Amino acid sequence: MNNGILEFINVGKEYSGHAVLKGVNMDVRPGEIHALIGENGAGKSTLMNILFGMPVIHATGGFTGEVRIGGENANIMNPYDAMQAGIGMVHQEFMLIPGFTITENIKLNRETTKSSPMSKVFGKRLETLDHESMAHDARKALDIMGMDIEEYTRVHGLPVGHMQFVEIAREIDKTGIRFLVFDEPTAVLTESETEHLLDAIRKLAAQGIGIIFISHRLDEIIRLSDRVTILRDGEWVATEDTKNITAAEIARLMVGRALTLDRDESERKISDEEILTVKDLRVNMPGEEVKGVTFSVRKGEILGIGGLAGQGKLGIANGLMGMYPVIGDVTFKGEPMDVSKTNETLKKGIAFLSEDRKGVGLLLTSPIDLNIAFNAMEVQGKFLKKIGPFTFTDTAAIKANAEKMVKDLDIRCTSIAQNAGALSGGNQQKVCVGKALALDPDLLLVSEPTRGIDIGAKKLILDLLKTLAEEQGMTIIMTSSELAELRSICDRVLIICEGKVAGELSPTDSDEVYGMMMSGMSKEEAMKAAKNAGGGPND
Amino acid sequence: MTKSIGNAINRIGIPTFAVGLLLLVLLITAGVQGQSIPTLITDILNRVGMNGLLVLAMVPAIKSGTGPNFALPVGIEGGLMALMICMQFDFSGWFLIFSSLALCIVLCTILGWLYGKLMNAVKGAEMTIATYSGFSIVAFFNIFWLAIPFSNRKMGWMLGNGLRETIQFKNFGASRIISDLLKVEIAGVGIPFGMMLVFALFCFLVWFFFQSKTGMAIYAGGQNPRFAEASGLNIDRNRVIANIISTILAGIGIIIYSQGYGYAQLYNGPLNMAFPAVAAVLVGGATASKASIPNVLIGVCLFQGLMTTAMPVMNQLFTGTDLSDIMRIIIQNGVILYALTKVKSGGDR
Repeated sequence: MNNGILEFINVGKEYSGHAVLKGVNMDVRPGEIHALIGENGAGKSTLMNILFGMPVIHATGGFTGEVRIGGENANIMNPYDAMQAGIGMVHQEFMLIPGFTITENIKLNRETTKSSPMSKVFGKRLETLDHESMAHDARKALDIMGMDIEEYTRVHGLPVGHMQFVEIAREIDKTGIRFLVFDEPTAVLTESETEHLLDAIRKLAAQGIGIIFISHRLDEIIRLSDRVTILRDGEWVATEDTKNITAAEIARLMVGRALTLDRDESERKISDEEILTVKDLRVNMPGEEVKGVTFSVRKGEILGIGGLAGQGKLGIANGLMGMYPVIGDVTFKGEPMDVSKTNETLKKGIAFLSEDRKGVGLLLTSPIDLNIAFNAMEVQGKFLKKIGPFTFTDTAAIKANAEKMVKDLDIRCTSIAQNAGALSGGNQQKVCVGKALALDPDLLLVSEPTRGIDIGAKKLILDLLKTLAEEQGMTIIMTSSELAELRSICDRVLIICEGKVAGELSPTDSDEVYGMMMSGMSKEEAMKAAKNAGGGPND
Repeated sequence: MTKSIGNAINRIGIPTFAVGLLLLVLLITAGVQGQSIPTLITDILNRVGMNGLLVLAMVPAIKSGTGPNFALPVGIEGGLMALMICMQFDFSGWFLIFSSLALCIVLCTILGWLYGKLMNAVKGAEMTIATYSGFSIVAFFNIFWLAIPFSNRKMGWMLGNGLRETIQFKNFGASRIISDLLKVEIAGVGIPFGMMLVFALFCFLVWFFFQSKTGMAIYAGGQNPRFAEASGLNIDRNRVIANIISTILAGIGIIIYSQGYGYAQLYNGPLNMAFPAVAAVLVGGATASKASIPNVLIGVCLFQGLMTTAMPVMNQLFTGTDLSDIMRIIIQNGVILYALTKVKSGGDR
């Protein structure tokens, strides 16, 4: 069925000058389960997009290097080419039609047909479906995976685990499938469904199909894969036989960075007073659901919240600001508060820098001065003047405040009348900081403060946050996908996994521990594994 | 060179540029045909005054994020209702105007509040629902005008019950009462200063309102609802306020329009009044998500200028045809169509 290896040779990709993949080499043998692991933004999806010839790759100038199958350049320019070359993918979100039966879903657009009087007149598109042979094919595909569900069941109402199998069945039913990519297939499955899936993957591999298995769950990778390739920041880090590597080593390779942001080791004074306590916070933020988080922050502290994308770390700050449906007991400065009311939260002195700077943080088509003053004006009634019974905006005060912020925060702009949308990412973020500072908050929630900002400006933003904590005694909760960033300024870091707090780490804990905790291990397990690997806490 | 012209056109906006150019061509043609330019300008100024407020009513609605107020007939019917009630009591002259304005504000506040609630219930489909709300309320009032037991002989049919289709202001001593106020003739051009002052006053009030805290909040909610939400603003409440203001402006607008026209037009009169107003503000450079007072001023001058000039010019060019009205329909609906295609792309010109 399968001969020839799939090879990525020196593959690189740039998006508008920004390199996201740098000379990646990887090969997948027939019948092998090859795990691919890396943090968010490590380049896994870009690599897979290249393999599938996705339009996003070719519309942005293609890629460098080569993808070879069986030693020949595969020349995949679009997803159809990829299909022809025998490459299939099982999607993370199910792409199934609920109202169709399993058979219909599996055979969609590849139906077997027989001719009918209609088709003789009007052409091939009107041939009748050959349900019998379709059902037979579907049955065969389902049997390969040992799935005993009836092929004429409707997809609607199936447990998610079964839907996943239908997706897989669709891929393996394609004739000549040689390589199959699984993108985080276990993310939505229960434990037993996961077991079942892993078995099925092994069966597929035994039939000679090469498997690329993308996951962030280290234990699965260790149990399932033959080899593992680790990517970090768009670069190939290592490819190892799985039996020769431990979870701790994988975690270290995945997280560890040659270039780290320096941490100032001088001890900071933090009072013992708890400014915010959160008990059993649940937030229904699509894609970032929080399922019961408890923590507290002391006055003047910088608390980091880390974790992989989709695990719920972003939901915490959004929930505290009432941006999504939220329940939980929150006490701020000793008083209980209802966090679902955004206005009251802002009034009490909690400000928020959203991870969606352009969507939530700014009025892009409005000038800088209005952006900075807006919250303080609407929430606290600053920058207003009374004329008779009417209140109006005090343009002079707004301008003066903006000028001061521009100077204090070093916002690079032509003038304060410039539209916020015209600024660079770093300067937009500073405008957001200015907007929060105009509220004079006691607690600042910062989400992904350096997302989409170049490396020089990153440092400026982080220094700014640190200065706020040190000089003005502001309490900061910073949520970030970048561990290096969290570890450079935070006093403590909470790792969020699957909507819950996996544990609390010190910024000086080792890369392995961070990596393993983000991958779903408890702190004790992670610490133990790190110790066994001989890593231990490094300083 | 061509690039800088292209840039300039983009800045002005394609509809504004095209309609401006067309108006210029028509004015020149009118001059060549030997038509009286001062008379034309007098007409244009008069019609700008009459239509100004109806166009101004678009601004609060657009700024609040509900899009152009296609449900202008809601406010118009409110204004007409106020007018009819005051006429029933046989008020006349300035008293009729002021009492109907006062009553109009009350009625339109109620109608605007209901309409605003409706807009909040149908987020994402505001413009379609607004258009049909406008049509529906006209149908409702058609029954209402017939059924209402008003007894003033100046308003009824010769036979039977109900109100006439058009009711003359002359009978109440209020025909063109604002339009002719402070009217000064300079070089053959009649300048209706009174009318222009009224229009300017309302423009100023709307501008002033949007400098207030509430005005800012409405604007932010329209520009970026999620930003407003993160600022703890009650977006739904603000949208209702904006639509009440828009509805009131429409109501006042129809009273000013009717006195200038000399007749109050009931029944299907208000049916299609939203479209010229929407077209005018869009011609003035507004988008479905952004509008300002200058957009209103430029738009109403260009659009009404075009309507006024096109008729005599076309009638002379193509005698015996109704081409000017056909052109009005093409331009009016073309501009709306163009603007609506721009809605989804964000319209941040």
